[in-house]
Amino acid sequence: MIELNNVSKSFTLHNQGGAVIPVMQNATLCVEPRECVGLTGVSGAGKSTLMRVIYGNYLAASGSVVVGGVDVAKAEPREILALRRETLGYVSQFLRVVPRVPTLDVVAEPLLAVGTPEGQARDKAASLLAQLNIRERLWGLSPTTFSGGEQQRVNIARGFAYDFPALLLDEPTASLDAQNRATVLGLIETAKARGAAIIGIFHDEAARETVCDRFVDVSVFSPKALA
Amino acid sequence: MTPLLQVKNIRKFYGARIGCKDVTFDLYPGEVMGIVGESGSGKSTLLNSLAGHLAPDCGEVIFDTRADGPVDTVTMSEPERRMLSRTDWAFVHQHARDGLRMSVSAGGNIGERLMAVGGRHYGSIRERAADWLARVEISENRIDDRPSAFSGGMQQRLQIARNLVTGPRLVFMDEPTGGLDVSVQARLLDLLRGLVREMGLSAIIVTHDLAVVRLLADRLMVMKDGCVLETGLTDQVLDDPQHGYTQLLVSSVLHV
Repeated sequence: MIELNNVSKSFTLHNQGGAVIPVMQNATLCVEPRECVGLTGVSGAGKSTLMRVIYGNYLAASGSVVVGGVDVAKAEPREILALRRETLGYVSQFLRVVPRVPTLDVVAEPLLAVGTPEGQARDKAASLLAQLNIRERLWGLSPTTFSGGEQQRVNIARGFAYDFPALLLDEPTASLDAQNRATVLGLIETAKARGAAIIGIFHDEAARETVCDRFVDVSVFSPKALA
Repeated sequence: MTPLLQVKNIRKFYGARIGCKDVTFDLYPGEVMGIVGESGSGKSTLLNSLAGHLAPDCGEVIFDTRADGPVDTVTMSEPERRMLSRTDWAFVHQHARDGLRMSVSAGGNIGERLMAVGGRHYGSIRERAADWLARVEISENRIDDRPSAFSGGMQQRLQIARNLVTGPRLVFMDEPTGGLDVSVQARLLDLLRGLVREMGLSAIIVTHDLAVVRLLADRLMVMKDGCVLETGLTDQVLDDPQHGYTQLLVSSVLHV
């Protein structure tokens, strides 16, 4: 479902003396449906960078990043957007939303984007928000004013609203209490059972051991390791 | 899929001075493209050349018309181009007063475009005008007021209603949120996003506000000195800019 071949990435800082910072080299990785792969490595090793390259947020310098048959490294913007709408979900560490939009609509949006009828989309959103212990009186408000933990849970609800065939999870259990953590792990298990291919970053070791089938240490992709 | 708009090697000079040059891109149905750059970068010249307000020195602007398929709008006759700009095209000006008739009522402003495409029944024209006022969050009891009695934000929303009432497929926007205060801006962006999704519009938005394009545009084109420096998926260009100028532009934004 997700297949990376010899992917490399570097940043060129044109306004800081043209410094070139190589951050990734020969990244090769394959994730099948019903599988959850955990990315490991110390902070700064490039776990989130790898995830952003797969999502098309960062431009890969070379190699191929094939998700559901589309090579993200070479695809047109509209192909990547279609991929993000229909195939590839991403739960980032931070919630980024349009001001003024109520929480329920924020969560229902991925469903509406693929043409789910409005009532059905809202029901699914409501059930996810309830599962993640977001109080009902907050649903009509914009999540921009919520606490960090609440925003994180809204973000997760949004990521799991539509059944994406492939999912990227950047620390989905960080800053959650035990009960909510268990709910999120349950959502991940359910997604796996329905056939999703998942790549996750988990700092929480117990969570990692529960849901991941295998691990990839991203520090082997760092250019230093080759030198 | 056929692109809705194919732009090929558009070039516009003002005497010896450059307006814009060698601009080529395809826009597909439902796509929203942002054009960013500092003032003087040629983004408005490009927009006006595409929309037929300026005659480009060379190049083609091929639009996929409903009746005849792809047609070059640069070489089409003036009446044909005017018909296009009343039906399938819309242009939202930065200053609402450039796009509105200030001495005609709000309802009349919306109705005028309907009449231009053959609407004749007063009752149904007024009904659609009232419906569109509601969609852009203007109270129906203001339908007989002139836009000169409206606030800047209301005028801008009225201009959008006037433009979208005929169900265009392509909307050109020149700094649609420029000159509005931030709370009004947020409301307008929210409105535009909703309309773009509901109506499946394609749009080309010129702005210098990177926050606006992040929210509205699917893809981005960065211009400087009349040339296109970088294009790509909006969040990719903003989060991982490849060109030095784009990096400078992105890193110059103040965060609140």
